[in-house]
Amino acid sequence: MQLNKFPSYKPYGEQAILIEWQQCIDDQILEDMLRFKERIQKESTQFIVDFIVGYHSLTLQYKEPILNYKEEVEILQSIYKKDFTAIQNPRFLWEVPVCYDLQFGIDLEEMAQKSKLSIDEIKIRHSAKIYTVFFIGFLPGFLYLGGLDSDLYFDRKPTPRLKVPKGAVAIGGKQTGVYPCASPGGWNLLGKTPIHFFDVTQQQPCFATAGDQIKFIPISLDEFYQLEKEVAENKYSIPKTLVHD
Amino acid sequence: MIKVLKAGFYSSVQDKGRVGFAAIGVPVSGAMDAYSSDLANRILNNLETDAVLEIAFGFCAFEFLSETTICISGGSFSPKINGVPVALQTRIHVCKNEVLTFGHNVFGARCYLAVKNGFLTTPILKSRSFFQNITQQTLLCKGDVLPVGTFTNNTDSSNTSVKVVKEHYESQRIACSKGPEFDALSASQKEVFAKQFFTISNDNSRMGYRLNEVIENALPSILTSAVLPGTVQLTPSGKLIVLMRDCQVTGGYPRVLQLTNTAINQLAQKKTNDTFQFVLKE
Repeated sequence: MQLNKFPSYKPYGEQAILIEWQQCIDDQILEDMLRFKERIQKESTQFIVDFIVGYHSLTLQYKEPILNYKEEVEILQSIYKKDFTAIQNPRFLWEVPVCYDLQFGIDLEEMAQKSKLSIDEIKIRHSAKIYTVFFIGFLPGFLYLGGLDSDLYFDRKPTPRLKVPKGAVAIGGKQTGVYPCASPGGWNLLGKTPIHFFDVTQQQPCFATAGDQIKFIPISLDEFYQLEKEVAENKYSIPKTLVHD
Repeated sequence: MIKVLKAGFYSSVQDKGRVGFAAIGVPVSGAMDAYSSDLANRILNNLETDAVLEIAFGFCAFEFLSETTICISGGSFSPKINGVPVALQTRIHVCKNEVLTFGHNVFGARCYLAVKNGFLTTPILKSRSFFQNITQQTLLCKGDVLPVGTFTNNTDSSNTSVKVVKEHYESQRIACSKGPEFDALSASQKEVFAKQFFTISNDNSRMGYRLNEVIENALPSILTSAVLPGTVQLTPSGKLIVLMRDCQVTGGYPRVLQLTNTAINQLAQKKTNDTFQFVLKE
C-alpha cells in the first residue's frame, strides 16, 4: 500500500490533538505513526505529557489547554515533514510460549466445529504467524496484534465470560491477544501463556511496545508448569531477537 | 498515621494520576473532582501532587493516630470530629485519637480528605492513585493504617474558609466540545444532543457513567483509537457512556462529545438519577 496522504488533525477537547491516517489496519501506517511520535518526542516533549497510539491514530495529550490550536498544528506539520531516517527505536521479535492444551483452550472444540479447521490446524495456524504489536490498550499490558490468519476469524462470544483467566490467549473477531490479568471478556480462548504481560514489579511493566513483533511458540502442559515456576521465581526471560528493517 | 475504622462504600487514595503510561495501556486515574481535591491541598499549602482520600457516598470513620491538620472538600457527608460538625474547605487542627466521621449525604457525590503533607501510600508508576492490578489495594478496608506526611507547624497555611459556588454541584449544564466523530452524527441526532436532558443510570463508577436515554444510532464502530476522561461514547445500542478518570486508554465506540475539565469535575459530583444537558461550545 502507498501512503499517499498526509495525516489529518482534529482538536480533541481542551488539551489533546488527534492525528489520523487512512482508516485501515496496516503495518506501514503503524511505522509512519511511530516514527512521527519519535520525532515529536525529540522536538517538543515539554508540553506533551502523553501519546496514545491507535490503529490509525496518534493522540497527543498536552500538559495545559492548547491556546493556539492552529499554530500548534502547523508546528506538528513541519515536524512531520522533517527527515526521519536517522532516529528509530529498536524493535524486537518476542517468542511467547503458549500451551494450547484443551484445559486452557476451552473454546477450541467449539471453534473447530464452527470452522473447517481441526483443533490441531487451529493451533498450527495460530502459532505460525508473526504478529505486529499495534498498540496497548483495553487493559494495562493488553496488546492489540495485527496479522491474524483470516481462517481464524471467530466472532466474539454472544455473552462475555465474567472471568477470563490471566494469561489466556484468545481470538475476538479479526484480532488475537493475551489477557494480561483476570478480566471479564468475550473472546474465544485457545490457550494460555505462563509469562506476565503486565507486572508493576518490573522496571518495564510490559515487555513489548508498539511496533514490536510477537510469535507464539506451542509448549506442552509439562513445559507450561515448568515455565510457570521459572517465571514465578524470576528466572525466565522471554526469548527475543532484534528486528532490522 | 490515620486508621480506617469504617471504610464506607468506595474510598480510595487519589492524586493527579498516572500521566505518561498510555503506551502500556495504563489509565490516568486521579481524583474524580480534581477541582475539589486541588482546593483541599491548596488550603493546607500542600503540593498539588500530594495524595488525598476520595470518599464516595460517605459513611466512614477515621482515627488520627497523631496530631495534624486536615481539610475536607467537595460534597458534604455531614463530617464530624468526635461528634462535632466541622466545616468544609477550611483548615482543621486534629489531635491524636480524635475520630472523623462522614455520615449521610447533604450534597454532591464525593468528598476529599486532605492531610498536611499528603497520604504516603506507596507510589507505583509515579502515582498513589488506587487502581486494580497496579496498586496492591483497590479500596480502603476497615483496619487499614495509612501513613501520612509529617505534621509541621501550621502557620504556613491560612485560616480562611473557601466557599465553593453552588453551580459546581447543582449546574445541569455540562460544557463540552465536539468529539472526533461528532460530525458523523445526523442533523436530527445533533438536535437531540442540543435539546435533551440526560439521566445518570445506576451503572456509574470511576470508569464511566452510563446514561439512560436511547438515541437513534446508525454510526458504525471506529477503528480502536484513543479515549480520554470526559469522552462521551455512543454505543451501538444508542446509549451514551461518559468516560471518567479510570477509563481505558483506547476504545472502539464513536466519540461524539468531549467534556471540558470543569464539566468532568461537575459530573463527578452527580449521582444516579441526576439529570443534565450537554452544552456544546463552539
